[in-house]
Amino acid sequence: METLPPQIMSWFSSRGWSVHPHQQDMLRRKDDPATLLIAPTGGGKTMAGFLPTLCELADGRHDGLHTLYVSPLKALATDIKRNLTGPVAEMGLPIRIEDRTGDTSSARKRRQRADPPHILLTTPESLALMVSYEDAARTFKGLQRVIVDEVHALAESKRGDQLMLALSRLQALCPDLRRVGLSATVDDPAAIANRLARHPDPCPIYMADPGPAPDIRMLDVAEAPPWAGGGAAYSIPAVLEQIRAHRTTLIFHNTRAQAEIFFHNLWLANDEGLPIGIHHGSLDRVQRERVEGAMVRGELRAVVCTGSLDLGIDWGDVDLVIQIGAPKNVKRLVQRIGRANHRYNAPSKALLVPANRFEVVECRAALEAALAGDLDGDPLPPGPRDVLCQHILIAACAGAFAADDLYAEITSAGAYAGLTRPEFDACLEFCATGGYALRAYDQWQRLVQHPDGRWQLRDPRAAARIRMNLGTIQDTDTLKVRLRRSRGGKPLGEIEEGFAATLTPGDTFLIAGQIVRYEGLRDMTVEVTRNAARKPKVATFNGTKFATSTQLSERILRILNQDHWPDLPDHTAEWLTLHREVSQMPRAGRLLVESFPHDGREYICAYGFAGRNAQQTLGLLLTKRMEELGLDPLGFVASDYATLIWGLEPVQDADALLDRTALREGLEGWLAENAVMKRAFRGAATIAGLIERNLPGQRKSGRQATFSSDILYDTLRKYDPDHLLLDITREEALRGLVDFGRIEDMMDRVGDRIDLLRLHRISPLAAPLLLEVGKIPIKGAGVERLMAQEAETLMRASGLADLAQ
Amino acid sequence: MNTTSSAGYAFSFHGAALCALGARALWWPQETTLIASDLHLGKSERVARRTGVSLPPYETRDTLDRLEGLIAELSPKRVICLGDSFDDDRAANSLGPQDKARLSALMQGRHWIWVEGNHDPTPPPLGGEAVAQFSLGSLIFRHIATPQGVGEISGHYHPKASLRGQSRPAFLMDRNRLILPAFGTYTGGLRSTDPALTALMEKQALAILTGARALPCPMPR
Repeated sequence: METLPPQIMSWFSSRGWSVHPHQQDMLRRKDDPATLLIAPTGGGKTMAGFLPTLCELADGRHDGLHTLYVSPLKALATDIKRNLTGPVAEMGLPIRIEDRTGDTSSARKRRQRADPPHILLTTPESLALMVSYEDAARTFKGLQRVIVDEVHALAESKRGDQLMLALSRLQALCPDLRRVGLSATVDDPAAIANRLARHPDPCPIYMADPGPAPDIRMLDVAEAPPWAGGGAAYSIPAVLEQIRAHRTTLIFHNTRAQAEIFFHNLWLANDEGLPIGIHHGSLDRVQRERVEGAMVRGELRAVVCTGSLDLGIDWGDVDLVIQIGAPKNVKRLVQRIGRANHRYNAPSKALLVPANRFEVVECRAALEAALAGDLDGDPLPPGPRDVLCQHILIAACAGAFAADDLYAEITSAGAYAGLTRPEFDACLEFCATGGYALRAYDQWQRLVQHPDGRWQLRDPRAAARIRMNLGTIQDTDTLKVRLRRSRGGKPLGEIEEGFAATLTPGDTFLIAGQIVRYEGLRDMTVEVTRNAARKPKVATFNGTKFATSTQLSERILRILNQDHWPDLPDHTAEWLTLHREVSQMPRAGRLLVESFPHDGREYICAYGFAGRNAQQTLGLLLTKRMEELGLDPLGFVASDYATLIWGLEPVQDADALLDRTALREGLEGWLAENAVMKRAFRGAATIAGLIERNLPGQRKSGRQATFSSDILYDTLRKYDPDHLLLDITREEALRGLVDFGRIEDMMDRVGDRIDLLRLHRISPLAAPLLLEVGKIPIKGAGVERLMAQEAETLMRASGLADLAQ
Repeated sequence: MNTTSSAGYAFSFHGAALCALGARALWWPQETTLIASDLHLGKSERVARRTGVSLPPYETRDTLDRLEGLIAELSPKRVICLGDSFDDDRAANSLGPQDKARLSALMQGRHWIWVEGNHDPTPPPLGGEAVAQFSLGSLIFRHIATPQGVGEISGHYHPKASLRGQSRPAFLMDRNRLILPAFGTYTGGLRSTDPALTALMEKQALAILTGARALPCPMPR
C-alpha cells in the first residue's frame, strides 16, 4: 500500500474509511503518463482521481498550477469544487482550489492567468481559451497532472477532440504532464484510453467494482401503450404510484419536448402535490440551479429530466430511475440506471416505460441487453478537421508557430494520430486564405508566413475575434412559440430560428403535440393559433441523436422472429401475431418491402431496421429513385425500423427501386441539395472559423448566419467543389444525421434478398407509421402532377381558360 | 418547339403570341425577342457595401449562367431587360471584369435594350440602348406597371404565387397588363395576395407559376 501523508491518512481513519482498491491503483500508478479509471457514478471516483494530487501537494512546496481538472459541465466543475474543498479544509492541506468557466468574472479570469491556483477546475472551452493567450506558458508553468472527468462523454464529441488538442499544446509546454481519465461504464475502454493518452503512450485501464447487478424491469401499466408517439401519457398514473413508493425518482426522457409534455401531464394528475421538478438544457440557468439545489437538499420526490442529467453530478438519494420511451441505446440506459443508489452493495433499480406499441419490443430487447451486459457502440471516428482548423487559429492567437512543430503536436492526440501531412496542410491553407474560391476576400486572409517559415496572424487584432468564436458547441438559436392572445402565458415550446424563417402566415406545423397555424412574428416570439387541420402543412427534416443502435436492432429482429412472445404483454403479442398472419415478419438478412393501397394513394413500407436517421435517408433516396422511375412519390415518414412512402403509382419492382448503384448516385446528388447538408456545413463552417457568429459589439442572429452560410455553401459547391469545408461537411453528414453507413451495412446484409409483398391493405406493423409525426413532403413530379391537375381544375371552374387564347 | 418553350405557357396578349417560360422570362417568337426583368446584377456587392456583411458575388454569375442558357437555346435577335437590371448604379460600374466580358459577349450582335428601373435609373456603361420605356407593335415595355396601362409589360414587383402550398415566382396577367417575375438569383418576391398587387390586377387575373413547367391558374388573392 502506498503511504499517504499523515493529514490525509488521519482524515480517512477519523471517518472509519479505508482507501478503495481502485483509489489504491491510481495512487500506485500516479507516475504513469496516462491512466484510465472506469467506475460507476459515486464510488469515490473523484477522490481516486484527486488523491495523488493531494498527496503531492500536501507538503506545501509546489508553486503555481499543479492539477487541471476538466469536465464537460460547468455544474460538474462547481460541484467538484464543493466536494473537494470540504475534505481539503478538514485535512488542513495548504491547497488553493478554484474553478474557471464561462460564468467566472473576467477580473478573476485575468488574475487566474497571472496567479493560478494549485487546482483549477474548468471546461474544454475555457481551457482552449486559456491556451490561446500569449502567456499560456507562464500560466501553466509547473503543471503536473490533468484529470479529465466523464471522459467517455467527451470522447464521443467535438468538445473532446478540442480538449485533446488543447492537451497536446499543454504537453508541449509541460513535457512531464500526466493524464488521468475518469469514465463511466463503456463498451470499449481501450478506445477511450487511446483518445486520452498522448499517442503512442500506453494507458493502463483500471476498473472499480461495478457493484451488484441492476434490477431492471418493465413498468406494469394496466392500459396498453398507444400505437405511435413518444409521450407515454398513458403511464402517468403508474409512474405517480412509483414516485409515491420511492424516496427520489429520476424520470429520464429522450427529448426535451417529451420531458416538457410529460411533466405537464404529471402535474395535472398530481393530486397530492408531490414535489416534482423538471431539468433540461432549454431551461434557463436560474431555474436549473433551483432544481439542482432542491435535489441536493432532498426536497424533491422526482425530477423529470433529459440527457442534461446524464453526467455524474451527485444528486444524493436517488433510489429509482424510470426511463420513458425506448432507450435506443443500451450503453446510455446502463449509465442512466447507474444514477440510482450510489451506495455500495445495493442494486440500482430501474423501470422501462415503452411510449408506444413497437417500443414494447424495443424495451424488452434493451432490458435483455442491459442484463447481459451487452453494450453497444460504434468505433470512434477520426478527429474532425473543422475542430483542427479552429485549433490552428487558436495556436496562431498564442503566437507564431512552425507548421512542422504544430503537426507533430497534433498527431500526438489519439484522434488525430492518423492525420496525414497533406490533410494538415490543407487545413493550414484554409486557415490562412479561406481556400481557393474565397481567396479574394480580405476577411478570410488570416495567416501569413514569416520569411523564416513560421506562421502568424496577419492582423493581431483578429485574435480577439477568434477567441470570441471559440468552441465547438452548436447551440441552435430558437424562438419561443406562443398562442396569440395569450401573452404572458406559457409558451408552447421553441422552434429553430431557421425553421421560423421559412414560415409564412397560414402555414401549419406541429409543436408540443398539436397542430398550430403560423400568424406572425412579434417581439421575437412566434405567434400561432390552434388549427384543426388533419395534417401539418410544413415538416422539417429532423435528425436525432437517438437512433436505435445496430446491436439493439438485431435483438429486436430476434424477438420479432420468436415463435410466440410469452415475455411480451398480450396486447403486443396479439399485434405481432396478426401481422404475421396478414403479412410477413421482417427477418435479419432480408429486406421486407410491403406495397399496398390506402386512402387513395399507393404506399410502400421498407423494414430496414437501420435506425431513424438512416431510415429517413433511405426515404429521401427511395423517393428520388421513384421520381426517376416515374412513380410520382408525394412524401414519406421514417421510424427506427421502417420507412413508409406514399405516391401516385404502385411499386412493381423492388429490385429496380433498391438498385445500389443508383441509390449511391442519388445520395451524391441529393446530399448536395439537402437541408441537413446545409446545416452540417453551417456547423463545420462556424467551428472552422469561416463564419463568425459573434462579432465585436453584436451577435449575428441565427437567421443571418443561416442566410450567409447557405449562400457560401451554394457558392463553394458550384465554384470550388473540392473545398475543405465541403469535404468535412460530406464526411459528417454521412456519419451523423444522414447515416448512409447504416444503409450500406443493411444493403450488405440483405444482398439480393429483397421481398416485395403486395397487400390489399395496410399491415399491422406499417399502420402506426401513418400516425408518426415528421412527415416529409417530396416536391417532385408527383407534386407537379397534382399542381397541374389543380391549376386545370381552377382554370376550368373560373372560366379563365379562354381569357388568353 | 424546343424544350424550354414547350415547358412554357403560350397565350395571346393584345394581338401578340407570347410564351411565359418556366425559366422566369418571356419569349415572343414572332419578334424573336426575349424579355427578362429584375436581373439585379451585383446584389451581393451592394449588400456588402451597405451592410458590411460580405457575400461572394456568385449570384451574379448564376443569373448570367441562366441568361446565357436561354439565349443559347432561343437565339433571340432582341433582348429586353425590363429594369432593375443592376442592383444600383454603382453595381453596374463595379461588375467584375469576367462578368462584364460575359455580358458583352451575350450582347454581341443583338439589339439589346436596357429599360431603366428604380434601382438603376442611369444607363449602364455597357453599350446597348438605354430607354425609359420601349414600344414594339401593340405592346409597351416599362419597369413599373401604371394603373392606366394597356398592352403593358412590366416587372418591378417580383411577383410570386402559391398553388397547393407551393410558392413560386410567377407572371401575373390580366386583359391590360402582364407583370414578369424577377429573373435574378436571390431576389426574393412579393405574394400575389399583397394589396399592392390585388389592387393593380383585375378580378379575372391569371398567375402563371414558373418552375419545371409554367402553370397558369387564377391569381390567388
